[in-house]
Amino acid sequence: MTTTTEIKFSDSAQQQVQEILNQYPADKSKSALLPLLHLAQAEFDGWLSAPVMDYVASILNIQPIEVYEVASFYSMFNLKPVGKYLIEVCQTSSCWMNGSEDIVRYLERTIQAETGQISPDGMFQIKTVECLGSCGTAPMFQIGDKFYENLTFEKIDTILDDLRKENKRSRYV
Amino acid sequence: MSKKLLLTYDHIPGINTLEVYRQNNGYKSLEKALKTMKPDDIVEEVKKSGLRGRGGAGFPTGMKWSFLAKPEGVPRHLVCNADESEPGTFKDRYLMERIPHLLIEGMIVSSYALGANTSYIYVRGEYFYIIKILQNAIKEAYAAGLLGKNILGSGYDLDLYVQPGGGAYICGEETALLESLEGKRGNPRLKPPFPAVAGLWGRPTVVNNVETIAAVVPIVNGGGDEYAKIGIGKSTGTKLISASGHINKPGVYEIELGVPVEEFIYSDEYCGGIRNGKKLKAVVAGGSSVPILPTELILKTAKGEPRLMSYESLSDGGFATGTMLGSGGFIAMDEDTSIVKNLFTFARFYHHESCGQCSPCREGTGWMEKILKKFIDGKATMSDIDLLWDVQSKIEGKTICPLGEAAAWPVAAAIRHFRHEFEEYVKNPQSIHDVKHYFRLNNLVEA
Ligand SMILES: Cc1cc2nc3c(=O)[nH]c(=O)nc-3n(C[C@H](O)[C@H](O)[C@H](O)COP(=O)(O)O)c2cc1C
Ligand code: FES
Repeated sequence: MTTTTEIKFSDSAQQQVQEILNQYPADKSKSALLPLLHLAQAEFDGWLSAPVMDYVASILNIQPIEVYEVASFYSMFNLKPVGKYLIEVCQTSSCWMNGSEDIVRYLERTIQAETGQISPDGMFQIKTVECLGSCGTAPMFQIGDKFYENLTFEKIDTILDDLRKENKRSRYV
Repeated sequence: MSKKLLLTYDHIPGINTLEVYRQNNGYKSLEKALKTMKPDDIVEEVKKSGLRGRGGAGFPTGMKWSFLAKPEGVPRHLVCNADESEPGTFKDRYLMERIPHLLIEGMIVSSYALGANTSYIYVRGEYFYIIKILQNAIKEAYAAGLLGKNILGSGYDLDLYVQPGGGAYICGEETALLESLEGKRGNPRLKPPFPAVAGLWGRPTVVNNVETIAAVVPIVNGGGDEYAKIGIGKSTGTKLISASGHINKPGVYEIELGVPVEEFIYSDEYCGGIRNGKKLKAVVAGGSSVPILPTELILKTAKGEPRLMSYESLSDGGFATGTMLGSGGFIAMDEDTSIVKNLFTFARFYHHESCGQCSPCREGTGWMEKILKKFIDGKATMSDIDLLWDVQSKIEGKTICPLGEAAAWPVAAAIRHFRHEFEEYVKNPQSIHDVKHYFRLNNLVEA
């Protein structure tokens, strides 16, 4: 088990923390919680462990429970380890009409893992999500901060091949 | 009918940069506002323009601004709602991605009008790449003296920040958004007090949609009276429509309010008709929350008049035969679309997105998803149609925020206009699998 003391933001992340904190009045620093959780998730392997959340609580000088209750409310925060690339496939109306169910099935077959499971090579994980504001370019998925739109099976093959070569954990921040 | 006020320059290469934006009339409204207008003059112009909130509710913006409390010594805030999560809606994303400075210019002018010295743009977390675009644009604006202290030598100071959400549709509701911006769960607040009195950190706050704030720029440039001449009746100005579904040309279109729906769907200027020569079956005209209408009722009102893309015309006939303009998320479905299956995707969405505070919404959305799943699985009975109707009717008006209604209305409308389809799935459960959806990916061999 890791302990709180071993968890620490990198120097560049520490600098970002300062910039984030400057966005609010000094006595309203709790407002920094969501940005800090995004940063923490990017820094610590794409998910938020309890010790990581405790670390964020200590930075903001708030109770750990205030962090847990927030992290568990928002769908972008992962409370369990995830594949290196989290493939977030939209399944809502316009994407469904344009074949999102086929996209999911094709992905499952290609990465050899069902939705929610990490692929055997640890590289990929499919997560079905709700409308991502790409309805006009459906079907689509998001990996980190990148949107992949007007998907076809051929495109998916290329995307996954490129990511395998890149081999760097996806992140939003 | 094409009249552009927001997307006039969106196709100019480099318009996302300050330099090119300024070469194309960028920041003119800011100069005009700071050099020739008092804050209240701007509020007056916005009132005259008849601008209505573009986030979905359509509340008159000038009136909202005039409600802002101004107690001595208490800071006020402007918060831009860029949470854009209503299924079918992607216009704010388009605007922020293409012309970020239009939003920033609107934020500065509007903040000046409201007397705010610190403002925030709350962007849904999934749009992180947009957040980066906005942050770059803001940096450019600071460097050019358009943000920060003593803007353009006027003595007015403004700091502008971008805040990411965490993936929660409910944070588009303005009080949930404020909770989220305070670093909490996105649970909507009881109103009153309204944000205009006690908003962000308990301070007087105005929350406005991206498109609303962008529209302040042409209003200040051309004057409120000129803006009010555009559009039709009380639907003044232009509106960004996010068009998707089975149409030839999905995308974001700026329309002058009042364009006939038929023209919007079939003209090459807009959606370019239904794909593959199919017939139109139904339209969700204003984002997932508004009632779905069958072709007859979306093209013409019950009185037989052409239906127009305006607040009044789309709601003509009430919910019995009409719908709402909402957020302008326009989803068109062709003849092969299963209304029940589409509704299921909405029901799943609302169940997932209910914040869980109010029992009717928390439990009701779960029930609706579950019952609709029975139809999809071919296990529903006739009484499930009535049960579904009953559940939706017990949510409306019984919750803190309108997410409950947003979840109930699409269900009610689908039963109202397409009851026969629910019945067909009960009588012939196999038929749900027979519906031929148009997939671009129809070459998938079953694994
Ligand atoms: C469940 C729910 C979700 C909403 N989502 C959004 C949204 O994503 N964007 C938005 O501008 N308004 C949204 N609204 C409306 C806001 O509460 C608010 O009315 C709006 O931001 C006000 O801005 P406007 O007057 O400029 O439209 C939502 C409302 C509800 C009830
Ligand atoms: S429905 Fe998939 S992005 Fe909107």
